[in-house]
Amino acid sequence: MTQRDFPLIFELSRPGRVAVAAPEADVPDVPLEQIVEPSLVRRDPADLPEVSEPDLVRHYTRLSQRNYAIDVGFYPLGSCTMKYNPKVNEDAARLPGFARLHPNVPDDLAQGALQLLWELEQMLCEISGMDRVTFQPAAGAHGELTALMMIRAYHEDRGDRRTRVIVPDSAHGTNPASAAMCGYTVVTVPSDRRGNIDVDALRQVADASVAALMLTNPNTLGLFEERIVEVAEIVHGCGALLYLDGANFNAVLGVTRPGDQGFDVMHMNVHKTFSTPHGGGGPGAGPVAVKAFLAPYLPVPTVERDGDRFRLDYARPKAIGRVRAFHGNFGVLVRAYAYLRAYGPLLRQVSEAAVVNANYLLTRLREYFDVPYDRPCMHEFVLSGRRQKAQHGVRTLDIAKRLLDYGYHAPTIYFPLIVDEAIMIEPAETESRQTLDAFADALIQVAEECARDPETVRTAPHRTVVARLDEVAAARHPNLRWRGPVRAASTR
Amino acid sequence: MNAAWHSHRYLPMTAQERDEMLRAIGVASVDELLADIPAGVRLSRPLHLPPPMADVDLLAHLRGLAERNGHADRLVCFLGGGAYDHWIPSVVWHLAGRAEFYTAYTPYQAEIMQGELQATYEYQTMLCELTGMDVANASMYDGASATGEAAVMARDLTRRNEIVVSTAVHPHYREVLRTYTRHLGMHVREVPYEDGVTSVARAREALGARTAALVIQFPNVFGCIEDGPALARVAHDAGALLITAVAEPLSLGLLAPPGHWGADIVAGEGQPLGNFLNFGGPYLGMLATRDAFVRRMPGRLVGATVDRHGRRGFVLTLQTREQHIRREKATSNICTNEALNALAAAIYMAAVGKSGLRQIAEVNARRAHYARSRLCAIPGVRAGFDAPVFNEFVLRLPVPPAEVNARLLDRGILGGLPLGLWYPELADAWLVCVTEARTRAQIDALVDAVAEVVTR
Repeated sequence: MTQRDFPLIFELSRPGRVAVAAPEADVPDVPLEQIVEPSLVRRDPADLPEVSEPDLVRHYTRLSQRNYAIDVGFYPLGSCTMKYNPKVNEDAARLPGFARLHPNVPDDLAQGALQLLWELEQMLCEISGMDRVTFQPAAGAHGELTALMMIRAYHEDRGDRRTRVIVPDSAHGTNPASAAMCGYTVVTVPSDRRGNIDVDALRQVADASVAALMLTNPNTLGLFEERIVEVAEIVHGCGALLYLDGANFNAVLGVTRPGDQGFDVMHMNVHKTFSTPHGGGGPGAGPVAVKAFLAPYLPVPTVERDGDRFRLDYARPKAIGRVRAFHGNFGVLVRAYAYLRAYGPLLRQVSEAAVVNANYLLTRLREYFDVPYDRPCMHEFVLSGRRQKAQHGVRTLDIAKRLLDYGYHAPTIYFPLIVDEAIMIEPAETESRQTLDAFADALIQVAEECARDPETVRTAPHRTVVARLDEVAAARHPNLRWRGPVRAASTR
Repeated sequence: MNAAWHSHRYLPMTAQERDEMLRAIGVASVDELLADIPAGVRLSRPLHLPPPMADVDLLAHLRGLAERNGHADRLVCFLGGGAYDHWIPSVVWHLAGRAEFYTAYTPYQAEIMQGELQATYEYQTMLCELTGMDVANASMYDGASATGEAAVMARDLTRRNEIVVSTAVHPHYREVLRTYTRHLGMHVREVPYEDGVTSVARAREALGARTAALVIQFPNVFGCIEDGPALARVAHDAGALLITAVAEPLSLGLLAPPGHWGADIVAGEGQPLGNFLNFGGPYLGMLATRDAFVRRMPGRLVGATVDRHGRRGFVLTLQTREQHIRREKATSNICTNEALNALAAAIYMAAVGKSGLRQIAEVNARRAHYARSRLCAIPGVRAGFDAPVFNEFVLRLPVPPAEVNARLLDRGILGGLPLGLWYPELADAWLVCVTEARTRAQIDALVDAVAEVVTR
């Protein structure tokens, strides 16, 4: 470690320090060997840090100060829907009746929690145009997997063995990965010149071997699939089902419902659309909503209402099984519920503001970057840095890193894969016009720097706690855990 | 023209700003921006949702719902079975709850996410220490799905397609294991428990040349401590891997960890390490393995590296295993994980530290042992199994366990799990959990109450 390095908590550790007063057993003192056979007892204790409470608090507080977050600033991160997270939701999720509720309690002791889930299901059905919801999936990709398993169960139940799933070339990487985990072969369909799925190409691959089309709508270019009705007809025409990746649901709340567009099943990233903090990578929750004909295949348990009483229903013979223990990421669902109750029908304004914000930002940036698909966007849009690369030798990665110097999180880059040097921007509805203007000014300034001083951009960032990190070395010589000063020195 | 605009506390946009921005864009209305949406699929009515609520009403409503639940602040909890009521030091959520951690996204821009990345690297290290393994990932969804992913990983590593799982593994974990492997050409076979533990002899019989892994739980669903070393030998003799699910990681403060006796993959549930019960989630899927298997490991990994000035820094690494690059060839589809819960677990482990973890684990075992021996002294109550336990144990009751629970509830006690729900052959069995959060007085009150109920 050099003097300039920020210490690891293991480097702060000194034998004998403690940060908590562990309780005493206060029961009759029985020799340990009468409780656990000596051969089962751990001989060398886990080498956890030994720090005092002040050491611990300062360490993690300082670490937190080396972090960017939505409460710190703007996240123009396309396809990730980073919006402000209301604080009242946190108070709700921390109520002891929710946070301290054991998942194995009988239904009679969970009536409030089950009512919340039941009401949330009603609201999500109304917003999505679907009929039933499972809360079990812990994240969007988990929801994708769950949905595909239901699709497979549906076909197999009808004696229909289908082997392929169609995924557009602009899709999130989780789509093909989920299809593969469900045992399907993935067929990729290209996008057309307007950024829609190529309907003619779709028509050519849509046959009786296809189980489903996985579509994101608005798609990952930020564009609404103009021919969605026709797409649904083609998919249903060959007996396949239409699945919506709900990653971009924030664009269409109260505007159009996937169920009305012809989708049979969708997942929702409630942690994005309905504002749960992302926690540095999770937790999320990925409820899956289905049309009634798929309801028998929902994983167990579902939440049912009998008069005034709510219960978990496990007696579902066609269910795909479980994808997770217990009942899903309930704490995340409490936040989604609180968010929806705070908006009610005004939810439509969320999408309107998100769409206005995105188009406004696109308008401000249009002349500085290439716009590969120049149509009104929904809640996000994709630029290309190919002009900067060709003219100044500055890559999109460099532009992203330079934005960090201006105090912003970078946009999503190099996704979707079909756009050269892609820069994908999603402002979300919780940003003010003033924030958007300041961000646009910064990005325009970086675009100008690409011409004036490309070296500064290429070597960015310059004002962050560390400079650009060597990712190649990290992958070539993986160092995934601390091994103590001696061993660390010997591996250098 | 543009519809009315209602001010809302989460929306900075005013009606005037909206109209100005529309003008700047060069359109007259929001609807013009939505022109690509076919008219036939637009929603022509307001959403049928309950009316908007102010925070004061919202919180009152939610408090009302919350108080209809029988939670562990109101009831003295002796319920376990895969989720555990442990004491959470105040520092854990004061720190994990800091907005800079809490409201951050996945650390795709490493230079401004060093806090998250370093904390995850430290978590990975602590988890390796806890489990006795070489390498741990940055988190999975929960213990059950981590076990399912471990099975898929074992298939890839061994190129065998059968999984043998002990029936002493939590039934939810087994169900998820089946769901995860069903469509991958894999077969799951079960090996029965005998006297509360996995039968080593039956496991040996069950394992064959096609077996990718033997899956056990440690301590198992009955709270019993398996003969891990013997089961590891059985698995390895058959050329299979040993996957060990750990639903109660605090046990590894006292018990020899799976990595020390031959486990190849440790999957587990990290909820007991500083995470709330949350009615089942969010929890923390843990996954650790040997160095040699790292490239087959699902999930995110954080690695140490240097910046262009030679300073230590941290990045997401080995991402070529992941879905955004490998797409359908990825090792798993996991993307969003449980990073915040992993952070809480790291802070928990750092807070209790080397000696505290051992002491808390011992207190769990001692109080559980005390409760078990006192309860077994009640006429008609007997121990379900003879095997040693950590903080959970099975009792056989002369009165149906659900009935006992109903009577305990009148005294403010949340009783154990009626095991007949999961194991029909154990209709009279009751799974009781005693953690360090249960005082001696609470245990004594439980004993008195059970004595009264069963001898009445």
